[in-house]
Amino acid sequence: MSETKKETAISVRDLSKSFGHVHANTHVTMDLYKGEILALLGENGSGKTTLMNMLAGIYYPDEGQIFVNGKEVSIRSPKDAFNNGIGMVHQHFKLIDVLTAAENIILGEEGKLDIKSACAKIREICDKYGFDVDPNKKIFNMSVSEKQTVEIVKVLYRGADILILDEPTAVLTPQETEKLFAVMRNMRSDGKAIIIITHKLNEVKEISDRVAILRQGEYIGDMITANTNAQEMTNMMVGRQVVLNIERPQPLEAPKKRLVVEGVTVVDEEGVTKLKDISFDVESGQILGIAGISGCGQKELLEAIAGLQPVQSGSIRYINDDGTQEELIGMDPQKITQMGVALSFVPEDRLGMGLVGNMDLAENMMLRSFRDNNTPFTDRKKPHDLAEKIVDTLDVKTPGIDTPVRKLSGGNVQKVLVGREIANSPSVLMTAYAVRGLDINSSYTIYDLINMQKIKGVAVIFVGEDLDVLLQISDRILVLCDGQVSGIIDGKTADKNTVGMMMTKLGGEDKNED
Amino acid sequence: MFDLVTFIPRAVGQGIPLLFGSTGEILTEKSGNLNLGIPGVMYVGGICGVIGAFFYEQSGSNIPALSIMIPLLCSLVGSLLMGLIFCFLTVSLRANQNVTGLAMTTFGVGVGNFFGGSLIKISGADVPSIALSATSAVFSKKLPFAGKCGWFGEIFLSYGFLAYLAIIIALVAAYIIKHTRVGLHLRAVGEDPATADAAGINVIAYKYFATCIGCMIAGLGGLYYVMDYACGVWSNDAFGDRGWLAIALVIFTIWRPNVSVLASIMFGGLYILYMYIPTGMEHMEIKELYKMLPYVVTLIVLVITSMRNKRENQPPESLGQAYFREAR
Repeated sequence: MSETKKETAISVRDLSKSFGHVHANTHVTMDLYKGEILALLGENGSGKTTLMNMLAGIYYPDEGQIFVNGKEVSIRSPKDAFNNGIGMVHQHFKLIDVLTAAENIILGEEGKLDIKSACAKIREICDKYGFDVDPNKKIFNMSVSEKQTVEIVKVLYRGADILILDEPTAVLTPQETEKLFAVMRNMRSDGKAIIIITHKLNEVKEISDRVAILRQGEYIGDMITANTNAQEMTNMMVGRQVVLNIERPQPLEAPKKRLVVEGVTVVDEEGVTKLKDISFDVESGQILGIAGISGCGQKELLEAIAGLQPVQSGSIRYINDDGTQEELIGMDPQKITQMGVALSFVPEDRLGMGLVGNMDLAENMMLRSFRDNNTPFTDRKKPHDLAEKIVDTLDVKTPGIDTPVRKLSGGNVQKVLVGREIANSPSVLMTAYAVRGLDINSSYTIYDLINMQKIKGVAVIFVGEDLDVLLQISDRILVLCDGQVSGIIDGKTADKNTVGMMMTKLGGEDKNED
Repeated sequence: MFDLVTFIPRAVGQGIPLLFGSTGEILTEKSGNLNLGIPGVMYVGGICGVIGAFFYEQSGSNIPALSIMIPLLCSLVGSLLMGLIFCFLTVSLRANQNVTGLAMTTFGVGVGNFFGGSLIKISGADVPSIALSATSAVFSKKLPFAGKCGWFGEIFLSYGFLAYLAIIIALVAAYIIKHTRVGLHLRAVGEDPATADAAGINVIAYKYFATCIGCMIAGLGGLYYVMDYACGVWSNDAFGDRGWLAIALVIFTIWRPNVSVLASIMFGGLYILYMYIPTGMEHMEIKELYKMLPYVVTLIVLVITSMRNKRENQPPESLGQAYFREAR
């Protein structure tokens, strides 16, 4: 793309927006050109989504101007945004579950309802850009990636020339991400302007032409992607030098066996076998990484250990410091927690497990500790202090301790959840998707926290999506494939390809040949 | 022993107010508003019609068209006002819908009884009721050839025009919800207003229109009850708990007005079944048990629908929740 051919699609001048006392955006000025993919980077709560929502008509700016194709516009509603050719795919999909894909796509249009011709037009768009959507499928029967495709098709159907994708890859598998990127490239060559918000720097490098960076609601600057690197981008995002590597520290004491899992089989209510004959052990002061494509039994495994999931057969034994063993299966989950087995599971919607959206930070801390004192009255002091400590150490962006959790941005919600579980000083710490959707700086803070626990002698089970991280942080990696153990390998010597193969085929490459 | 030819018209007469009420409430709920004020709205619809008819009859004129139009308009305006109050409180001011709805019911019943009592005073009747027989005669006029068709006429043609209107409105509402763009948008608003808003649908307008139109339809149920079913006799509290039955019907029909046509008649039948089951004089208490039937059936349906747990049969997702675009 040569400099002379650049034509602006959107120009934003001095845009500001505050929510109460929080300044989400202050005097943001930026440009987006036709036929380019711009990656918008920033830490959680740096105002990326707010800025995009102003372009999409969800929020109305307090001050500032927006120009589309050189003309000043006022975007007061999503409809105005459509009329200006701006379409946004939100992080939380804006789809109606009980309607079909086609019905969702034509939602909001005027005129006579004609599903048939709409379907034809949808298929046309799909063919043009390489999507794969069944217009008559209901949304609640769809996978996350299908839903996202519907969202994108919806935006294109409305004739958007400017697409905003808010963390589109956060919930996709690597293969699905590849597919999405291919489609994005098709759209770019069609002359569309695309803004993508993502936390994954390798994706930024792969897909974007230019990177723009926000920090604490302010526009820091932009650069051509080809001329920058992960370190520089991170530094700009955070505003200081950040070290981007994960240590693999040694624990203070020599590792001892802490948890022994033998032949665990879990069958769910519908009779589907979720876990089959799983055996492994977890040692204190070690991190056991669990790899596997999503839904292959990670959740059930962790829940079985935490006592939340009925187990059909097998045994899970907890080994005390003095060598005595206790069987966890059949034990009350509360008692398991008291023994020091902590579980922090971050689901796709983040608020789904472990936090109550309408309660404030301190009260959410209390969910773990309210049983601790023996009086009928609750102790509000300790949870309050803990909440303050977490806000401090994890740099949670919140107006105050007494703000309901649901008002925080997604990443901050998660820091609260993970922070609380770690603060519980467990002897076995299980975390699943601890950094899902977190910006890079917070992610590394969390890795550090986990490593600190490991040094203290905690046995850590770490379920992660990012294989690179998993390989760096784990001492051993257990690979799950379709509810079975595909293999347990040493984290120091494992490589990404082997693990990838083991994730998709039982036992990896070797087994495949016979 | 069991006389179907007299039972069915009675069941239909009982069912029509429920049909009006449930159709109105389904429209309302499809927009995500849970209007528990429906019993009050039906009450107001009834009393407003009575007020209109009363003063028209008092004026001494007796033109059939006006005898219909005046009470009808009064009833519609009355229930529209109830709808507007509800919308203003819950949509514009985002008040809690349950509390508002229950308050509306108390309010509506109070309004009905207050004006009902006043009218009884004005009319100087010595029984605690007003009889509007002239108006009622117009409202409950059977189809002209009903008498000549034997049992067929008795079962299908022996009702006043409002009964047929109720069925037409229910079928039209079902069609609109299922097959038109307005219906699609309405469902979207009720399922997920944020999504509908992002798609450029005017959520506030849809909520207002659906709720107000729903209230007007429900109000007609009150009007039908007084003018046709009760033969123009208004006495306070006579309408009873039909409003709540209408709301139960919404769940029973899984938010489908077309199903409600038959279901309301069935409910009407269950409602009066106790009068048709011979129990003997010494076991009158059993009759009281039969009166539970419509509610028992609703409970059973609730159990069955939640057991099947089909996604399509669930209430609108955002039912009962206020919508604010910039809420986070």
